[in-house]
Amino acid sequence: MNKLPLIIRREYLAKVRNKSFVVMTFLSPILMVGMVVLIAYLTKINDNEKRIIGVFNESIYFSNDFHTTENTSYVQFRDISLQAAKDSTMSAGYYGLLHIPNEKSLEEVVQKAYFFTKEAPSASTIDQLEDLFQERLRARRLQDFGVSTEEFALMDEKFEIKTATFAGQQNLKGINVINAVVGGAFGYLIMMFIIIYGGFVMRSVIEEKTSRIIEVIISSVKPFQLMMGKIIGASLAGITQFAIWVISATLLLMVAVFVFDIDPSNFNSTVRIASKVTPEVNEVNKIALEVWTDFSKIPWFMLICFFVIYFALGYLIYSSIYAAIGAAVDNETDTQQFIFPIILPLMLAIYVGFFSVFSNPHGPIAVGFSLFPLTSPIVMLMRLPGGIGEGGVPIWELVTSIVLLIITFVGIVWLAAKIYRVGILMYGKKPTYKELFKWIKY
Amino acid sequence: MNYILVTKEVTKQFGKHIALNKVSLEIPENSIYGLLGPNGAGKTTLIRIINQIIYPDSGEVFFDGELLKPHHISTIGYLPEERGLYKSMKVGEQALYLAQLKGLNRNEAKKRLKFWFEKLDIGNWWNKKVQELSKGMAQKIQFIITVLHEPKLLIFDEPFSGFDPINANIIKDEILNLRNNGTSIIFSTHRMESVEELCEHIALIHQSEKILDGKLSDIKKAYKNNIFKVGLEVENGECLLNELSNKFQLTSSEFNSNENQLDFTLQLPTNDSKDILAFLAGKANINQFVETIPSANEIFIQTVQNKDANE
Repeated sequence: MNKLPLIIRREYLAKVRNKSFVVMTFLSPILMVGMVVLIAYLTKINDNEKRIIGVFNESIYFSNDFHTTENTSYVQFRDISLQAAKDSTMSAGYYGLLHIPNEKSLEEVVQKAYFFTKEAPSASTIDQLEDLFQERLRARRLQDFGVSTEEFALMDEKFEIKTATFAGQQNLKGINVINAVVGGAFGYLIMMFIIIYGGFVMRSVIEEKTSRIIEVIISSVKPFQLMMGKIIGASLAGITQFAIWVISATLLLMVAVFVFDIDPSNFNSTVRIASKVTPEVNEVNKIALEVWTDFSKIPWFMLICFFVIYFALGYLIYSSIYAAIGAAVDNETDTQQFIFPIILPLMLAIYVGFFSVFSNPHGPIAVGFSLFPLTSPIVMLMRLPGGIGEGGVPIWELVTSIVLLIITFVGIVWLAAKIYRVGILMYGKKPTYKELFKWIKY
Repeated sequence: MNYILVTKEVTKQFGKHIALNKVSLEIPENSIYGLLGPNGAGKTTLIRIINQIIYPDSGEVFFDGELLKPHHISTIGYLPEERGLYKSMKVGEQALYLAQLKGLNRNEAKKRLKFWFEKLDIGNWWNKKVQELSKGMAQKIQFIITVLHEPKLLIFDEPFSGFDPINANIIKDEILNLRNNGTSIIFSTHRMESVEELCEHIALIHQSEKILDGKLSDIKKAYKNNIFKVGLEVENGECLLNELSNKFQLTSSEFNSNENQLDFTLQLPTNDSKDILAFLAGKANINQFVETIPSANEIFIQTVQNKDANE
């Protein structure tokens, strides 16, 4: 009789029924959405703070420039000394005092203007004031050069070059970025899954060692069966957890959007009325529209198929290493030394992936790391949103990468099973790498 | 005689350390076989080979006449020395799982578990978690799990360690019961007291080698050295003692003149005690005349020392 399903079932149930697992599963989405809502709320409060700024204007160059905005209003002082203006600003509890002295030229005025506050002023206030002077200076200069404001606006027009592949595929701009972000999300998911659920496998092996049940079990089943059962059981528990996270986070976000009245349809309607709104907003929406078009150009079906392949192989390779580590030590504190070398290629894959795939998805570094089996599950997935074949990942690279991954998978699982088989019956001293090597030969 | 298990020159090496060196054993059916030896002698390695947890470098193991194969696992029950249970799993669920791993189906396992739980008076533990149980309680459950699938061969590695005397007795009785019902049992220990009570055959493993094996009574016979212990009631003890020490080889003696009691031990050249009895007849009242038989412990120590001395 095949005992693997029994082992998978037990490992799955043991994990899923574990209290901390249950708490993590149901609390995380709440915490996550809670954080998002809290940040949004706090930002809103922060923006709502009203600032009153005193303006002591002695110059003729500025008069009607201080319009009350949503969060700033201005109070004008006239015909008093600067000291008196400062004092009354302070005693009234205003945010600060802007002093614009009376000088001959605008340049001098701007040079000698001062903003007095109790503490260092906020960056947004400074920006606001600086923009005001900047704008005034620019208008003045344009006037000096004899350029009208309308003419200047024309000068500012943005130019965009059109792009196409030799085969005629239109508008490639920005695709690499979107692709890298989508691929990066998949890669990151794989890395997190490996680290979290590989750790599960490892702890579960250590638990069997410390509770001394291991010898009872391996007198009934093959150590390899037990190891694979653990790995599969932990991954099923992980998939369950991820599914719950995704579903509940989506639901909660929808509730949050509803309750806090953040209207996601704004996005679409603004696109429709884009022609009527200001050029800047139009620009933002144009980019958003481009992002959306690029997004829909990604070959999702292919991407998800390869995600499953790379995810399964990558997870199996890493979690069998985790199982071997768990078997080699007696307690979790001893695992650090062995875990670091596993995390390293994962981190490398993520960072190299982000930096090199981002800028050049088919450059030598991106290709190299997407062939190397310990990094390929992450890096290859970052490249794949660009498609396969012409303009995307060459088929030979994809095939080579998967073949290498399968060979490594067989090799690593074989090695890990050897270490596991010996390690689970060894108690006491933490082994060295040299001893681990010897175990392989037993 | 039928043998449930035969090992032929089994050798196992871990790196440079030889854990077993050409160990050949014949373990008869339907009896309790004591596997004795000091810690680190290689007993556990041998047991793990029988359970196919590890494999010998050379040599063969036969189970019930056939070469040992993976399918034999379901006919062997093993209680390891390093034993435990999943701490956060419920007792009943855990026992079911382990029984199913041994190849029992769920319903059959449940039925047998209920029977054993009643028998050992632990029926109300089914839904308890293992971490709530004492060590002795957990040991009872491990014992049940070991025997549940009614194996032909049971292997107990230090089964009584961790048991209080009362539970140890319960388990001992169950082991004898199983033997009476036809199960063959290997009993590994370095504690000799339990060996005398339980084992019919023994093998002594020392420094990875078998140095002695056979029927316990035969071994004892071979190891007895014709020492007799005698107690007499006699009036002139000193006089008799003098005569005795001239004729026989006395190893110790004591005369209590108040109670006219003379106790001594003597070593005879052969196992024939007619001469001494004839000599004593008419000279004194014989209260006690016994041949001292070495205990398993003495045999064990003597053999190990001889072996070490020879090297």
